[in-house]
Amino acid sequence: MKKMMISTLAALSLIAGATVAMATPEQDKEVWQNYFKARFPNVPVQDFANGVYSIDPIGRENWEAIEEFPPYETALSEGEEMWNTPFANGKTYQDCFPDGPAFEGKYPYWNKERGMVMTLPLEINECRESNDEKPLKYKKGPMASLIAFIAYESRGQVIKVEIPEDDPKAAEAFEKGKQFYFARRGQLNFSCATCHALNAGNVLRTEILSPALGHTTHFPVYRSKWGEMGTLHRRFSGCNKQVRAKPFKAQGEEYRNLEYFMTYMNNGLELNGPGARK
Amino acid sequence: MRLQRKTAAIAGAFALSLSPLALVPATAAAGDIDKGKEIAMDRAKGNCIACHFLPEGQSPGKIGPALIAIQGRYESKELLRNQIYDATVANPDSSMPPFGKHMILSDEEFDNVVEYIWSL
Repeated sequence: MKKMMISTLAALSLIAGATVAMATPEQDKEVWQNYFKARFPNVPVQDFANGVYSIDPIGRENWEAIEEFPPYETALSEGEEMWNTPFANGKTYQDCFPDGPAFEGKYPYWNKERGMVMTLPLEINECRESNDEKPLKYKKGPMASLIAFIAYESRGQVIKVEIPEDDPKAAEAFEKGKQFYFARRGQLNFSCATCHALNAGNVLRTEILSPALGHTTHFPVYRSKWGEMGTLHRRFSGCNKQVRAKPFKAQGEEYRNLEYFMTYMNNGLELNGPGARK
Repeated sequence: MRLQRKTAAIAGAFALSLSPLALVPATAAAGDIDKGKEIAMDRAKGNCIACHFLPEGQSPGKIGPALIAIQGRYESKELLRNQIYDATVANPDSSMPPFGKHMILSDEEFDNVVEYIWSL
């Protein structure tokens, strides 16, 4: 049984190591989602959006109790206030984002003109700067609060990341994100996939390793370990440090491509942020 | 020292491939079992307990095999040493960190852990 899982994963990492022409992102996504469905046959697909609690009944009870008085509520009110407070020039976030505040579902997306993956935090700062406001830090604080509010308003939107075929650079960005996910790194020599695909559901000391499927749906999160909110890229950075690798810059190309890959692999799941985690 | 060990490991593997029954010469001083045990349980050091059952260890993980009856599973301490040095040599998909190759442990700590695991 274990052997079968490993060979499924090996097939995917083979795909990851091979040329772009060998597998389409769509095929990668099928292999990926089917792997987790087969590994956890009793988990309804949407439940993967609940992270480790989709496979940890005891942890889930605690988590559900926590969710009755969510620790991210302060962030929600801060974020709502930010959204509704005009900049010094009288304009608001709404002027930058006419579809807001329930618009998280459009991110991340490929911007052909700029040749890069665009994320929500990046566009929030561009909005601020175009209105002569200082950019916010990307990992925590006001940025996390504002995104928490936007995520809350966007709950229920279905992830539908696109990799436009009219620009090969979009598929390249996806490919780079995939390489990042499967590359071993750090002194401890783990890839993201080592823990969250190959060993998803296995017990590391007293912790159950969460499945990769669903990982991007619920950010930002209030993490008890942090005692505060953090963004997806803060979590990436923490994971990299944990394997004793040098973290990359939040919202730099590496993490944006990683977000593009991971979110695409979650296509079809509903957004359910902000979240609460241990 | 580190390089010597690696060279010896390679030489040892080579010798083994010629004759599986050949005795591999010990390449390091015998470690300290008690110190090795501490390192195996220490989250910031060996942290073997995170993935392996260890006798007397609290809340072991279940990712790797239970570390018991070791001398029935490895023909020599040298082979065990090679496995802990870099488990991806025997199995490229292994999740186990390469404790020797990536210098996660000092030479002395490494010898102590090998001695401890070999005693199980």
